[in-house]
Amino acid sequence: MDHLIELTDIYKIYHMGDTDVHALDGVTIHIDKGEFVAIVGQSGSGKSTCMNIIGCLDVPTSGTYLLGGVDVSTMEDDQQAEIRNKMLGFIFQQYNLIPKLSVLENVELPLLYSGADSATRRQAAMKALERVGLADKCKNLPNQLSGGQQQRVSIARALAGSPSVILADEPTGALDSRTGREVLSFLQELNREGDTIVLITHDNSIAVKAQRIIRLSDGKVIYDGPADDPRAVVQPHEPGEEAPA
Amino acid sequence: MSFSQSFRLALKSLVTSKMRSLLTMLGIIIGVAAVIIIISLGDGMNNMINSEFEKMGANLLQVEVMSPNASRTVTDDEMYRLAAENPGTIGAVSPSVSVYASVKAGGDTVSASVSGVGEEFPAIQSVELTSGRFLHYTDVERMQNVCVIGAWIDQELFNGAGLGQTLRINGYEYTVIGVVEASDPDAVPTSYSDNQVYIPYTNATRLNHDAVITSYLFSATSDQTNNAAKAAIEARLDQLLGSDDYYMVISMSEMMSIMGDIQGTVMTVLVAIAGISLLVGGIGIMNIMLVSVTERTREIGIRKSLGAKRRDIRSQFIIEAGTTSAVGGVIGIVLGVALARAVGPVVGIEAAASLTAIAVSFGVSVAVGVIFGYLPANKASRLNPIDALRYE
Repeated sequence: MDHLIELTDIYKIYHMGDTDVHALDGVTIHIDKGEFVAIVGQSGSGKSTCMNIIGCLDVPTSGTYLLGGVDVSTMEDDQQAEIRNKMLGFIFQQYNLIPKLSVLENVELPLLYSGADSATRRQAAMKALERVGLADKCKNLPNQLSGGQQQRVSIARALAGSPSVILADEPTGALDSRTGREVLSFLQELNREGDTIVLITHDNSIAVKAQRIIRLSDGKVIYDGPADDPRAVVQPHEPGEEAPA
Repeated sequence: MSFSQSFRLALKSLVTSKMRSLLTMLGIIIGVAAVIIIISLGDGMNNMINSEFEKMGANLLQVEVMSPNASRTVTDDEMYRLAAENPGTIGAVSPSVSVYASVKAGGDTVSASVSGVGEEFPAIQSVELTSGRFLHYTDVERMQNVCVIGAWIDQELFNGAGLGQTLRINGYEYTVIGVVEASDPDAVPTSYSDNQVYIPYTNATRLNHDAVITSYLFSATSDQTNNAAKAAIEARLDQLLGSDDYYMVISMSEMMSIMGDIQGTVMTVLVAIAGISLLVGGIGIMNIMLVSVTERTREIGIRKSLGAKRRDIRSQFIIEAGTTSAVGGVIGIVLGVALARAVGPVVGIEAAASLTAIAVSFGVSVAVGVIFGYLPANKASRLNPIDALRYE
């Protein structure tokens, strides 16, 4: 069976003056439809670069990335935009709602860029808002809502375009622990309903809410397996330090 | 990308940051207002000049003979014969003899312009009489001491009851047989016709002690025959005088078109100067749009992450720039029309802002926004979504 996300031998190399920085150093990841995967790592581990590539915001230096069987690793700007629009839904740490637009207009944005007519946009956006329980706030501006509500609006926006993958980048980072837990259990619920979710975080306690953990360190995959395996949450030792007993 | 959403957002941001919007639009407002004022006053002036020309007779051809000696001259008979031989092109002819004379009635003297003309004069320049009649052929032929006076003279010398009265021109008694209608009943005198005294040209030559008539007025039969009439007159004068150095034929329609050309050139220069303000306004819009693109980097990143293509972002910012300058244009048009209306009466011109001028000004202001908005919009569309999303 084809995987939904298929990263094969991905390298991302940045040129910093004379030295080359390998942000991703031969990463191979397969994610199937319906999975809830957490990509975990310390800062500098390459998880953000990994998310940018999975999210079609960036292209790898080498390696292939098949998304839904289509090679997206060598696409141009506008082709990537179309893939993001049709296949991906983003949830960001800072919600990233547009403050001047109403909640409904924010949720309608992905449909606006897919060229849907206004009736279709409104219907799909309202349906997504109902799913996150904020249909009654559709006329409000984002800053009239609490942080947790704003993040739910951004989840609704991610859902509105019916994407194949929902990419959540530190979705609880800006929330207190209680609202953070609510958002996570909401993501779990979406996953149970069949959505594929890729969660990017540095926090093990959040990562364990996923079914599967992929741990990155120095641009390499150091663990890829079930979230309930004890090895999934073991921190890699720093160079020069003693390995934990 | 939805035009209406971009348009609505642009209007919203115009309203929310009023001071900034006003300053952004100021160049456009001033430029458009200046163009409207110039065009309105220019058109008004044009209308005024045209109506003055119309009054003098649009088909008028004026002949001046500048013969160096008395042996080479033209007579009134020759000119009447010329008109009679060209019935298709020349409508009417009248000698025109200016008399330097004092005009008195009772003890009052007025400064008047006394002209000796023929009976066909009203067919050349419109003369509307409020009472009496104009000079007849017999008056001219028999050198009758009769005159037709302007409304202002009638008012000054006879309190408006001059018909049938007598006045003295250089001491000779003349009977008033007609009074010319005032050019503007509210303000006497406003036009040259209001202080005119018309007498038979045969009398005028006698008053001048000079039988040679050097000035004639012709009218062409229509607009189309102006040039043909002029050619016929020139041909005859050439033949009579032997050289085109000795006469001058001025066609009023040529004068009108020369005046029109001069006025058109002046207008073009003035509008071009006002246009510089539009250019500056465009640069102002470009400047603010560049600031706006930087301020909204994150928004651009969000939109791109959700699937906005380059052209979506570009058109959003172009629509915004176009909306800003269009609103500026509308304000400029309103301001310009209001100012033209206010200034017109002060300078004595009835300002007329044509719909074309308004439509063109509006179109130009939108175009300025779109053209100067393109560069910032293009810059926005090329932002890298990762960097844009991370921008604080």
